[in-house]
Amino acid sequence: MRNHSHLELSRRDLLVSSAATIAVTGVAARGAAAQSAGREMEFETSVSFSVNGEMRNIEVDNRTTLLDALREHLHLTGTKKGCDHGQCGACTVMVDGRRINSCLTLAVMHEGDEITTIEGLGQPGNLHPLQAAFVKHDGFQCGYCTPGQICSSVAVLEEIKSNIPSHVTTDLSAQAELNKSEIRERMSGNICRCGAYSNILDAISEVAGIQA
Amino acid sequence: MRAFTYERASTVEAAAKAAAANPEAKFIAGGTNLLDLMKLEIERPTHLIDVNGVGLDQIEAMPNGGLRIGALVRNTDLASHETVRRDYGLLTRALVAGASGQLRNKATTAGNLLQRTRCPYFYDTNQPCNKRQPGSGCSAIGGFSRQHAVVGSSDSCIATHPSDMAIALRALDATVATVKADGSTRSIPIADFHRLPGDTPHIETTLEQGEFITAVALPPPIGGKHIYRKVRDRASYAFALVSIGAVIQPDGTGRFAVGGVAHKPWRTPSGDEKLKDGARAAASEALAEARPTEQNRFKIDLVERTLGAVIAEARG
Repeated sequence: MRNHSHLELSRRDLLVSSAATIAVTGVAARGAAAQSAGREMEFETSVSFSVNGEMRNIEVDNRTTLLDALREHLHLTGTKKGCDHGQCGACTVMVDGRRINSCLTLAVMHEGDEITTIEGLGQPGNLHPLQAAFVKHDGFQCGYCTPGQICSSVAVLEEIKSNIPSHVTTDLSAQAELNKSEIRERMSGNICRCGAYSNILDAISEVAGIQA
Repeated sequence: MRAFTYERASTVEAAAKAAAANPEAKFIAGGTNLLDLMKLEIERPTHLIDVNGVGLDQIEAMPNGGLRIGALVRNTDLASHETVRRDYGLLTRALVAGASGQLRNKATTAGNLLQRTRCPYFYDTNQPCNKRQPGSGCSAIGGFSRQHAVVGSSDSCIATHPSDMAIALRALDATVATVKADGSTRSIPIADFHRLPGDTPHIETTLEQGEFITAVALPPPIGGKHIYRKVRDRASYAFALVSIGAVIQPDGTGRFAVGGVAHKPWRTPSGDEKLKDGARAAASEALAEARPTEQNRFKIDLVERTLGAVIAEARG
């Protein structure tokens, strides 16, 4: 984002001007500047991963979460920051086909990974069936948790298909069942403070083919 | 979050060596607990060693009939593994009772064991906490202690260990395999892995600086009914008030570990011995040394009743 680049420039300008100040007071300017640049490099790492099918390379402060990398560096603001502590699920994205909380992982830990965000699932005029179902069933009020809810629900249906068990799975030796109780349990990591849960469940159930 | 340097380790040896060289370094795998704590500056590593590239992500049968679970096996994969669901159903049940689908997809076997307490005073950096800042005092003692430990606690700390998985591993007599920075290896029985708080609650395990968990080993299957029952304030995605992980044989004998009540998974040989005599006998034996607070005294009854439900379920 333009603002971000501007901030980066300002920080570098600040480092340069600090070095210049030191030079005025008689310390070797070249050494101080080199040290500042070197130290800054240690705290940054280059990382390449694919986002929605497109390879991206960014150089980020090591502290940057995948969530912040997506939003602030790659300008994919569909993924939302709710609690930023893995409690609400608003930041859910898929990495190598699995849903995760993008706020609780560092961008630099995803070298070579394939990331799918809400923007990659569908676009206006070409909605993913779950996006269309959320619209049809009014599966939201304010909409802030919705990208996370939809990414999570896409993954939930895959998890059931892959026979990953859940807390409500009755028989561990049988194929995981596709029913409303399973959907409810598996979606518990996505909080909706507006309380649109029943419509969210209707939307997912319709796409999953679960009878009411 | 404090600034830190970062490296990707491609072998266990390189990871252990890097950790030995810097006492302020930490390993990061799933990162779901560590990053949460780093954002709050409760954890302040100056260097992170990313161990996701070292392998150790397989579950393998052992010659003795047991199972070796790589340290980096994700909670989802462990819970879903065919042999685990068939022979160690308690472990699958405990895993899926914990966290959310998103977290289980990232969280690792070793990281789950090393997760830190969810004591609200540990998380609140404005409050004294002996675990976060040794010697500063314990805010939970005399504070809001409904969720806290009832047994094995000390005058320094009444925090609980939050893991569901660890309760199952304790009941299954797992061992934790490690490699130290000098390359030597050892195997730690799960009973000895987590420490009671004593007067050093900030030291939570018997691991040494830089010691790296490589695997968790399960002994050969013991049959019986595998049951994990967790009682919590919400039906899903909440830490336990009390949980019981049990393996109960057809004759009513068996073993059980209790979660949500102590600084480590709580299991006693004498409690196991009394299991055949019923929930009241077994629970009161296991919690004989309990020192609850006024606010968490209910956990004593809750353990007995939860164990009663487990025994009833085992009888079918």
